[in-house]
Amino acid sequence: MNSQHDILEVNQGLIARLVDSFKRAQDSDLYYSFRRSPVIVSAFIITMIMFFAAFLAPWIAPHQTLDLKTLDLMNAYLPPAWEPNSDPNFLLGTDDQGRDILSGMMFGLRISLGVGFASVIVSAIVGTLLGLLSGYLGGRLDSFIMRVADVQLTFPAILIALLIDGIVGSLLPKAAYNELKLYVLVLAIAASQWVNFARTVRGSTLVEKNKEYVQAAKVIGVHPFWIMVRHVLPNVISPVLVIATLSLALAILTEATLSFLGVGVPPTSPSLGTLIRIGQQYLFSGEWWMTIFPSSALVILVLAVNLLGDWLRDALNPKLR
Amino acid sequence: MLAFIIQRLLQAVVVMLSVSFVSFALFQFVGDPINNMVGQDATAEQRELLRERLGLNDPWPLQFVKYVGNIVQGEFGMSYRVGVPVEDLIADRLPATIELVLVSALLALLIGVPMGVYTGLNRNSWLSRLFLTISLIGISLPTFVIGILLILIFGVWLQWLPTFGRAGVVDLGWWTTSFLTLDGWRSLIMPSITLALFQLTLIMRLIRAEMLEVLRTDYIKFARARGLRNRAVHFRHALKNTLVPVITITGLQIGSLLAFSIITETVFQWPGMGLLILQAIQFVDIPVMSSYLVLIAFLFVLINLIVDLLYFIVDPRLRLDSLGRGAH
Repeated sequence: MNSQHDILEVNQGLIARLVDSFKRAQDSDLYYSFRRSPVIVSAFIITMIMFFAAFLAPWIAPHQTLDLKTLDLMNAYLPPAWEPNSDPNFLLGTDDQGRDILSGMMFGLRISLGVGFASVIVSAIVGTLLGLLSGYLGGRLDSFIMRVADVQLTFPAILIALLIDGIVGSLLPKAAYNELKLYVLVLAIAASQWVNFARTVRGSTLVEKNKEYVQAAKVIGVHPFWIMVRHVLPNVISPVLVIATLSLALAILTEATLSFLGVGVPPTSPSLGTLIRIGQQYLFSGEWWMTIFPSSALVILVLAVNLLGDWLRDALNPKLR
Repeated sequence: MLAFIIQRLLQAVVVMLSVSFVSFALFQFVGDPINNMVGQDATAEQRELLRERLGLNDPWPLQFVKYVGNIVQGEFGMSYRVGVPVEDLIADRLPATIELVLVSALLALLIGVPMGVYTGLNRNSWLSRLFLTISLIGISLPTFVIGILLILIFGVWLQWLPTFGRAGVVDLGWWTTSFLTLDGWRSLIMPSITLALFQLTLIMRLIRAEMLEVLRTDYIKFARARGLRNRAVHFRHALKNTLVPVITITGLQIGSLLAFSIITETVFQWPGMGLLILQAIQFVDIPVMSSYLVLIAFLFVLINLIVDLLYFIVDPRLRLDSLGRGAH
């Protein structure tokens, strides 16, 4: 009884704190500049709808397109519901296998977003760490990391991802191909994007490391590792958030492009790019809905995330206030 | 300046060596070349003999030196998939890609620069806003979606333009071109627009930003105070000074055009290098993959080198600077 009471009290404290921080967030400059721009609010709402559609796809999608047993070839090539000869069960039509386009898009979005988020997280962690080490320690390590970054920057990210993905993908044993391919793809996209994080973090680390609080930490004998992690890192992390948002758009695009080219996600987990690739073959026979709907979803998602990223960059930049 | 050039050249050599090491490593670790060359019923002895004759038993540093030597002489090995020397395959495909990239780059420059100048000069006109909105969409539209939309509108619905392949090709012996026939030009239109659109928006935005920056400077105010005509101020003074970064970026963008041509070539089934490498990746054709890697790295290093040198030629201040300080 007593312990339950405790939990209740802790919970109340937590809720009070959450409410408090929510109120503070409402008063902040960021929230103000967010509210003022209808474009940003709609971009945010669209992004959220897409996130939820993707996340909840297994529960809210009208058809389970990944389950081969539910497919019926009789339903193939159905146009969207407002066209003649359609079936109202399939709102945006069906593809050549009788899969519902709308459900396919929701599951595809799930994979696109999953790969996008995973690769951004990997590249953000790796890039931030390397940038921190490079900026704080300097010397040979710094010039090595930055030279690699320079060389990599001269190659387009899509080419690097394509080559890594293609080469490593071809090394995979056939049996494990479908399982490992997704991870290879994530790593390939991450490898094509770490440079942006590393360069930015290195730049701000170079500024921070000469500040007094770092000097003070050094004087009292804090280990360099802890200075980097506990003192410098929190002060250089905010631009990482902005780059991560913009990188997410780029990562989603890269994944879609690779999958469109047929070297990205394995066929067992079709992403938006795979759907567009499949649909493209039916463009000439008039089944435009197989390509146009997944393409629109991809473009709208990327545009919305890009707008959010641009806004975040401007809103967090004190020079522009 | 000389020291700078030498330093850059050395860097280029290091980059090329490391890239060729990666592509050499591909050969070493992926598959067994002997298996691809002999029949199923070859005995172990025959295999060993071939291995010895091809120098595959040599220590790998020696093999690497030989590999680099072969590349320098333009020998890239045999394609596993089609059994033709890779250099022949590349010579066959290169003209298609080069022509596509060339037309796209010209398109991007010839449309992007005037649009950039216009939006830079008339910041608040409705046309500038329209251009900027279009460019935002242009940046967010993936290349393959642009291609698909063009095919759908102009190929399937309106049926104005051919939707795939390279038509009207004239063989000049050492080069194949589609510049000489009407069909060739018609088949070039959609792929080159697809490839150019992203670069076009990039160049437009860059010129606009640079123009806005330059127009604020004192020498522009002074030129106006001298009573020069708007035309002279805008084009002789302002545009000329925006060109340095534009040349740099354009040079680098030619590299991206090469990379993005993979996508465009896939959408339009354009028989160029991009399609070649994609098929090589799908069929694990290591010799083609590694040659592409080396070749593309070479092109990139070359472009970067030229751009670095262009800096000195275009901007006299840089030359003075390096003279004043001695070496770079």
